Amino acid sequence: MNLGISAIEFLSQVKDETISVEEFVAKTIDRIKKVEDKVHAYITLDDKNALEQAKVIDKKIRTKEKVGSCLGMPISIKDNICTAGLKTTCASKMLENFIAPYDATVVSKLKAEDAIIIGKTNLDEFAMGSTTEFSYFGPTKNPWNTEYVPGGSSGGSGVSVSTHECIISLGSDTGGSVRSPASFCSVVGLKPTYGLVSRYGLVSYANSIEQIGPIARTVEDVAFILNILSGLDVHDNTTIGKGDTDYTKDLDAGVSGKKIGIITQMTTDGIDKEVASATNKAISKLQGLGAECIPISLDAVEHSVAAYYTIASAEASSNLARYDNLRYGFDFGIEGYEFKAYVSKVRGNFGPEVTRRILLGAFVLSAGYYGKYYLKAQKVRAMIKSQLEVAFKKVDVLITPTMPILPYKIGEKIDDPLTLYLSDINTITANLSGIPAISVPFEISSSGFPIGIQLLANTLQEKKLLQAAYALQQTTHLRAMPI
Amino acid sequence: MTKIGLEIHCQLTKLESKLFCKCKADYRNLPPNSNTCPTCVGLPGSLPLLNRKAVEKAAMISLALECKIPEKISFFRKNYFYPDLPKNFQITQYNAYGPTSIGSEGKVEIEDKEIRIRRIQLEEDPGRLIYEGSSEKTLITLVDYNRAGTPLVEIVTEPDFETPKQVRIFLNVLADLVENIGVADPYLEGALRVDGNISIVNGNRVEIKNVGSFRDIEKALHFEITRQQSLLDRNIPVQAETRHWDEARKITISARTKEEEQDYRYLPEADIPVVVIDKGIIDELQKQMPEGIIAKRDRYVKKYDIQSQVAQVLSSDKFYADLFEKAHNKTNAKEIANIITTDLMGFADTREKKMELKISTTHISDLADAIINNKITRNSGKLALLEMIKTGKSLSEVISNLDLGHVSDVNSLEQIIDEVFKEEEKAVVEARQNADTVNYLVGKVMRKTKGKADPAITIEIIRKKLSN
Repeated sequence: MNLGISAIEFLSQVKDETISVEEFVAKTIDRIKKVEDKVHAYITLDDKNALEQAKVIDKKIRTKEKVGSCLGMPISIKDNICTAGLKTTCASKMLENFIAPYDATVVSKLKAEDAIIIGKTNLDEFAMGSTTEFSYFGPTKNPWNTEYVPGGSSGGSGVSVSTHECIISLGSDTGGSVRSPASFCSVVGLKPTYGLVSRYGLVSYANSIEQIGPIARTVEDVAFILNILSGLDVHDNTTIGKGDTDYTKDLDAGVSGKKIGIITQMTTDGIDKEVASATNKAISKLQGLGAECIPISLDAVEHSVAAYYTIASAEASSNLARYDNLRYGFDFGIEGYEFKAYVSKVRGNFGPEVTRRILLGAFVLSAGYYGKYYLKAQKVRAMIKSQLEVAFKKVDVLITPTMPILPYKIGEKIDDPLTLYLSDINTITANLSGIPAISVPFEISSSGFPIGIQLLANTLQEKKLLQAAYALQQTTHLRAMPI
Repeated sequence: MTKIGLEIHCQLTKLESKLFCKCKADYRNLPPNSNTCPTCVGLPGSLPLLNRKAVEKAAMISLALECKIPEKISFFRKNYFYPDLPKNFQITQYNAYGPTSIGSEGKVEIEDKEIRIRRIQLEEDPGRLIYEGSSEKTLITLVDYNRAGTPLVEIVTEPDFETPKQVRIFLNVLADLVENIGVADPYLEGALRVDGNISIVNGNRVEIKNVGSFRDIEKALHFEITRQQSLLDRNIPVQAETRHWDEARKITISARTKEEEQDYRYLPEADIPVVVIDKGIIDELQKQMPEGIIAKRDRYVKKYDIQSQVAQVLSSDKFYADLFEKAHNKTNAKEIANIITTDLMGFADTREKKMELKISTTHISDLADAIINNKITRNSGKLALLEMIKTGKSLSEVISNLDLGHVSDVNSLEQIIDEVFKEEEKAVVEARQNADTVNYLVGKVMRKTKGKADPAITIEIIRKKLSN
């Protein structure tokens, strides 16, 4: 049985009863048990429950009962998205045993469509990182070479899709956390417009910029799942309606006559040679399909990494303040401690990257520094937004490589946060401005690592974005993942 | 010069639900931690959902206090660690980066003084800490999050008060006002909490916290003035500090742990989008606003010809204004206003005493009518009122029981006056020479009739007899 089929293929094979849901889920669980030693994509597996649900859905199909549009598709969920009754650890000791009493809106929506939540995937602690090395439960490994990082922070999600441990995964993208592992693992990853997908149930890290986004094998699969995930949610005041948009319709509209802007600041300096040449190749492919490609300069991007880490850390320091181990957390006796002593003792259990960002965030918000750092960062953010507005008057979509570099060796950069931060330069623009962006697998480097191409569109222009991504995807013939 | 400023926290007790979730705003008398949900205990993944009604109620308070309401309001996080704060930050409002709180730059007139309002902000109440024993000696602290997230309006005044009495009057006006516009019941335990800051003769500013009831702030301020004055008298400088009100001992005590200058690291709350309050919304709220105290006062003066001072006193007290509205008719309005402001308010000036009053609107209107129709004198009326308050008996019953009937019968009055003339020969001679001393004789008649004699008829008879 081919576990590497796309979501669309899965749906048609289940529909025409070529495969049963139970068989597919059972085989997927076998696969997980076989490859997890090598890749460590999951933190928690819900195999028993998944199999039971598969049986229920098979029965519904057999008896022609009404079945949700996911038809028992196994989906994995990043472990910072709440699932009722199943642990949500955020890959942190602080939430080692936390079981949310409710489902995130995205999870409820998937369950309502008869998706099967097969397990919770690994991440950098509280989604802070771009390599999935900063997990309390140990790193996730890149299936293309298990000595290398899979990208992050949704590394577990990217790997679970890439290694056929599920069909689709939900990640979260605060500064590229969906697109980075998509790029490093040769799968598709979308960061939707801020507000298009509900954040209710997503454990906040930087709540003004993060979004839940899907990771899948094809652009069509992303469009399919986005139809389910998106739209207004009464549990999240920041959500926006999508009207009657159907993202799967007219995906093949093509790019002929479309204008594509090449962001100069993200395609020239500091880019790996092979990444640069892949990007140029992608541009010429799109030109070959009739698109007009022109350079676009966004000079505010020069300050975007500094602005991003200022804002994200500031919000993190506040969002993570609630982890005082009083109402939930890990086993640690409270007796004999005065409140503040207890809180500082238990909060010593955050990992190094989270600690770094909490400290940085508390610093930039402290009296006398707010104007110097936080307000300045917000100004950069506003500049990026306005420069993008101007750009999108000239072009339909923007193009850059997703990651400026190829994956690092695990541990190689773990003590070099600045280099790691700088590798986010291409992805954070979409987060700071709220616009949608997608990473499409495009090539495999000579060293055997996937290279993803990023496309960006204006606010709520997911449809236009997916059409361009589909066109790009159709130009590629990538070899299969080696595991 | 003494300068006093206030920080008042007023719960919006008339709302159905909390500020950011569906839990009940009325958390009182519920089992501990039963009025909670993922949002108000700040579970990971939960998000605040703004209660629009709370914004409207806070806007109504702002309108009533003549504040400016910005077109866009937004929320901030105030970050600090405390066990009653489930998220370890409080969602509140903050004006340091431009006015974004629900109100600013307002004013309230009390008697002949204007108290400026610096700002009004909408925020969430924390949970409650319950100590086993006293807070200093306890080994166990319990937390009840039933209150966490209750909508709270913070009102900050400029340091415009010069006396604790002005503070009391202001707080009474404010309590009546929030009750009047239907946003809060200020008399529920903990619904209206007041912190004060006070400095005298350019001394350092002292903050007073932990004042349990808003009635006690006046006592705490009096204590502080005396304490600070006695320090200055001995050339000891007043420390800038926070002091807690000790309700049992009726003194302020220095907050033992020196509260270092807290850095709250304010941060915009991105989970709550900016709220636009346009002119349409303001107009709609204006329509819902009940008549303000000043408008009410002016109406009393204009429509009923009530003295402006009497109208002022009457309109600022919701309880008595309501009583007046229900009891009066065109002919007796002025008399009822007099009865309420000169007598009734003196008898019952606290909420507790008001609650104990056994009279209805009929008692008051009957009494006013009796006075107007000369069936009873004002003096007797006061006695009758006191009796009615205590017993709830009808006016006619009280008059006959206490024998307060009016003596206007000329014959009986003449008899009494003759007696007085006999007893007060000297005064009679004097009164014949100097008409101004007649009042002395009138007083004697009143004493003999226990105040029941009709003063006009009495004077007339005395004058007649004197001129004979």
